[in-house]
Amino acid sequence: MSAIQIRNLTLGYDRHPAVHHLDGTIEQGDMLAVVGPNGAGKSTLLKGLAGAIPPLGGTVELPRLGRHGIAYLPQAAELDRSFPITVFELVAMGLWRRTGLFGGLSRQDREAVGDALAAVGLTGFERRTIGTLSGGQMQRMLFARLLVQDARVILLDEPFTAIDARTCADLLDLVRRWNAEKRTVVAVLHDMETVRQAFPRSLLLARRAIAWGATTEVLTPENMLAARRMTEAFDDHADICTEAA
Amino acid sequence: MYDLLIGPFVEFEFMRRALVGAVALSLGGAPVGVFLMLRRMSLMGDAMAHAILPGAAAGYLLFGLALVPMTLGGIAAGFAVALTAGLVARFTALKEDASLAAFYLMSLALGVTIVSLRGSNVDLFRVLFGSVLALDDPTLILVALITTVTLLALALLWRPLVLDCVDPGFLRSVSRSGAPAHLVFLALVVLNLVAGFHALGTLLAVGLMMLPAIAARFWARDVTSLVAMAVGFGILSGYAGLTLSYNMSLPSGPSIVLMAGVIYLVSLVFGPRGGLVPTYWPARHRAA
Repeated sequence: MSAIQIRNLTLGYDRHPAVHHLDGTIEQGDMLAVVGPNGAGKSTLLKGLAGAIPPLGGTVELPRLGRHGIAYLPQAAELDRSFPITVFELVAMGLWRRTGLFGGLSRQDREAVGDALAAVGLTGFERRTIGTLSGGQMQRMLFARLLVQDARVILLDEPFTAIDARTCADLLDLVRRWNAEKRTVVAVLHDMETVRQAFPRSLLLARRAIAWGATTEVLTPENMLAARRMTEAFDDHADICTEAA
Repeated sequence: MYDLLIGPFVEFEFMRRALVGAVALSLGGAPVGVFLMLRRMSLMGDAMAHAILPGAAAGYLLFGLALVPMTLGGIAAGFAVALTAGLVARFTALKEDASLAAFYLMSLALGVTIVSLRGSNVDLFRVLFGSVLALDDPTLILVALITTVTLLALALLWRPLVLDCVDPGFLRSVSRSGAPAHLVFLALVVLNLVAGFHALGTLLAVGLMMLPAIAARFWARDVTSLVAMAVGFGILSGYAGLTLSYNMSLPSGPSIVLMAGVIYLVSLVFGPRGGLVPTYWPARHRAA
């Protein structure tokens, strides 16, 4: 069963495509790694899937979820670290879909937040303000919020960048657990070792899809070379794209 | 001591009215100020205070120094500027500060033009600096009403407001309530400035909104206590300012804001959360 249908999707900025005419299906329960050089459109693709930017063309269909079944962890979360809020409260924000705008937290909700903090190894940090966390602890906290969100589709943008090996391994275990629970995970990654180990399927992106399929067939030297040949700069005088819409 | 601190309020009704007005203004305005500060919009309150001027001035031009037209005019002008600036910021490339600056400057120029069309200096002085010692019943009721509306609205919008400050990207990913919550919040800013404008005038209304909130930042570690402390500081400056102005024969509005300023300066130096002394001369550190 497909979780996400991408049809002829073009995403971009100021009419310049960052992701160009992408077609494909992400199956339910897939572990899909999105890889490619800088400027390949990986983050843009995730934003498009999350509904954070409207497409320049084409569609993203999420048949059985609607927009609310998606949890999205951006690359640099727009998190104001100086904001006076405790770790517990921030993780509890993940319950939004259950509590809505006004609802209070039930005892069950509080337990769910506690369990999530335990799962990421942050027990005892409940009362700390977020400004006092290290980079790795911050990422663990954001994963706890993802856990609490309990979404069927989870989009992760470079979740393991600038994080030590142990934290990375812990968080990767969580991702594997999501996979075992038949959740769909799409992650932008740069470490090919991690991709080969944990992600059976890959999309190699260089504005267009260079290859999309089983990781072993996607991450070949020829494909990687093809991806690197992509020109990064936008051409301000490029003609209007006439490819079949 | 009694004569100095309590006597004036027992003896004179206008002092009691002024104190009630200051308490009501602090209850509504200080929490709004806290959120302005957390959204890095501290200067926005100042801009908005200028923006309500043409509306109040138009009411004054048409009906003289009367409560209802000046209030409605101020609210209308404030809403117009806040909403257009907010919408421009949400839906175009312009950031909130730039779009607000554009609209409030136009508004201010218009306001000054209208005021100068008619009006003696005394009236102008009263519009700019308020009259906290001459609050009549309708004005007090208006201020109390605005405070009530503000507290109810903040209670309802608490979660989206907090989340929109701390992680706007996440809020967008789970809910569309960010934009409406923001607009309602801007409306609350305008309402509270209009309330403050009757007591403290357009220029000083912002003082009782922002100074207690900014001072509280040096003491509180989460949003709830931040709001509680800001309200406390507001009430304290209201009381201290009125007492000071009575005993020293100083103008009351500026005295209140000056007292809020004193609380801020003390917090700046001694506040445990990032104040000067605790930061640069810290107490001995713990073992773990």
